Amino acid sequence: MSVKALYPYSAEPKDLQANFNGMQLVYVYWRKHLMFCSPFAFLAAPDMPLGDFFEQVLRPAIAAHPDSAGLDFSRVEWQLDDQPFTPDLAASLKDSGIGHKSMLTLTTPGLDGIGGSAT
Amino acid sequence: MATKNKKLSLKDKYQYLTRDMAWEPSYQKKEDIFPYERFEGIKITDWDKWEDPFRLTMDAYWKYQAEKEKKLYAIFDAFAQNNGHQNISDARYVNALKLFLTGVSPLEYGAFQGYAKVGRHFSGAGARVACQMQSIDELRHVQTQIHAMSHYNKHFNGLHDFAHMHDRVWFLSVPKSFFDDARSAGPFEFLTAISFSFEYVLTNLLFVPFMSGAAYNGDMATVTFGFSAQSDEARHMTLGLEVIKFMLEQHEDNVPIVQRWIDKWFWRGYRLLSLVSMMMDYMLPNKVMSWKDAWEVYYEQNGGALFRDLERYGIRPPKYQDDANKGKHHISHQLWSTFYQYSQATNFHTWIPSEAEMNWLSEQYPDTFDKYYRPRFEHWQKQQEKGERFYNNTLPQLCQVCQVPTLFTEPDDPTQLSHRSLVHDGERYHFCSDGCCDIFKHEPEKYIQAWLPVHQIYQGNCEGADLETVVAKYYHINIGQDNLEYLGSPDHRRWQAIKGNKPLGADDSKDAA
Amino acid sequence: MSQLAFIVFQDNDNARYLVEAIAEDNPHAEVQHHPAMIRIQAEQRLVINRHTVEEKIGREWDVQEMLLDVISIGGNVDEDDDHFILEWKN
Repeated sequence: MSVKALYPYSAEPKDLQANFNGMQLVYVYWRKHLMFCSPFAFLAAPDMPLGDFFEQVLRPAIAAHPDSAGLDFSRVEWQLDDQPFTPDLAASLKDSGIGHKSMLTLTTPGLDGIGGSAT
Repeated sequence: MATKNKKLSLKDKYQYLTRDMAWEPSYQKKEDIFPYERFEGIKITDWDKWEDPFRLTMDAYWKYQAEKEKKLYAIFDAFAQNNGHQNISDARYVNALKLFLTGVSPLEYGAFQGYAKVGRHFSGAGARVACQMQSIDELRHVQTQIHAMSHYNKHFNGLHDFAHMHDRVWFLSVPKSFFDDARSAGPFEFLTAISFSFEYVLTNLLFVPFMSGAAYNGDMATVTFGFSAQSDEARHMTLGLEVIKFMLEQHEDNVPIVQRWIDKWFWRGYRLLSLVSMMMDYMLPNKVMSWKDAWEVYYEQNGGALFRDLERYGIRPPKYQDDANKGKHHISHQLWSTFYQYSQATNFHTWIPSEAEMNWLSEQYPDTFDKYYRPRFEHWQKQQEKGERFYNNTLPQLCQVCQVPTLFTEPDDPTQLSHRSLVHDGERYHFCSDGCCDIFKHEPEKYIQAWLPVHQIYQGNCEGADLETVVAKYYHINIGQDNLEYLGSPDHRRWQAIKGNKPLGADDSKDAA
Repeated sequence: MSQLAFIVFQDNDNARYLVEAIAEDNPHAEVQHHPAMIRIQAEQRLVINRHTVEEKIGREWDVQEMLLDVISIGGNVDEDDDHFILEWKN
């Protein structure tokens, strides 16, 4: 469907990658860790290696959670935009298929939040 | 009562002073004078069928409004002269007012503009008069709210720049975008959005139990402006119901259009009111009613009666009503958790509920609070006691439609976020729910333009790359005064001084000023 | 399923007489007291009669005066010189 208007209605998306000065957005959602209220929104360089993204961007973001100490990124079940995903730590975000505004989801069996409450 | 018969009856007076003062244009075409009346697809065959149950004429309107204002301002004066702010239950309460002034009062102004505009664009005299009165009411509401809260601004932080904040602060884009969405629609959708879905179906939840709560917390000024504003609401609600019935009776083709608007604006309003859920459950130190109970009375019961009444027109309850009903057990806790962790970027304080408050929450929410939310608060409390008060130092993903962080959980699984996502024209978009995702799908061109605060910060449009600069320079939030944890804040210390518990610290100059 | 018409008043001096009149004319209504407000609900229909209010308040009373004290309503409105009715029609 489209907007009903008195004139031909068209619009530019506000958040095209071109508006982010060479960077892109990446969202990360850690399932059953709702102490972090929603997925994180990160700004990252598309050529950043995935391993660096995990250690330099994601790791500090989740450090406050008690489960983060026991989190081994190599044992996470990953999804990229709701599809199964196998990370190659040396590949860049872009080469890994992580596009602008893509979302990575972590499932960590055995780590179910504080007291198993999904917090 | 012979004298009574000399006066015109209400019906006649209304007819003479309203309908009979309208005229048919002779030298301009009606379509040119009222260009917005048709493009939404609503078919009106006879504007004279418009019902005005209140039959209020302008002379009576001014008489009653003047009386309301006189009563209201006498109370404001008494409140200020008697230092009424010292008699509230606890200074934590004032944080609800900070959210109200920055989040709600500017919407009253938006409503004033909105009704002035649609009042101009309807060709029916009855609808025009009702919109005109409501427009003036809304202007009165924003003015009286500012006056009431100016007293609090002398004694507490965070109230100093509400209009600026409304346009810029991340969580205030939720109410702002809600109203912008309505005001940028056509006149019939605007009335369905604001008069019907918001005023009739949902605002009771803010203005009735919350204002009763203000009274219960000793805030004479707020309960008085709240109820004075709400006294206009009986008319607004009636306009809301009449406009819906009028559209439905005029033409059967209007039914599916109106139904879609009801679905959309119920959900938009429900998401907006999630802010009110946390005000009621977490920000009123003396509790009157839980959000869940208020939802049951003011939505499930009243909304149930209303939608049953509308069945005869072929209207069914809002599409995502069941999801909203399930959410009543969760949203206040989820919202408070969110504001607790992002308090570094708010103009009000947050805190961990006291043990007594948590017990009250357990009683009110027996199926959810202890299981899902108490562990979160107890963990944070332990951190706070260790001197490691939790703040989330990243920015959240926002819903493309309601602009709330995507924090809501699946209606049937409180351990999973109800995140939705789709690709439109090569761009990916994220949503908090099926309700918001549906709204996007219907008018993607509208929502791809959303000014999402998180993305604007990352694009470099908010005067700085780090959060502290954005908060201080772009939002005008005074760091260390307005934001962060309540315990130990200047407001907290000032309150302790008022209550004689501790001497006023050297830096607490606000009262002296 | 029950279908409640309702009206809410500020808990002030005027409203006291209104509530008395409503309770008298609507025996099936339930009156609830909350902080600063009084809520009256009744199955399907609630009526305020000018005549009864005038009796209680001891002076002439215009039905539109209720606009000063009302906070909220639920139901279709029907107002004329002698009464104010809230009603669900289905």
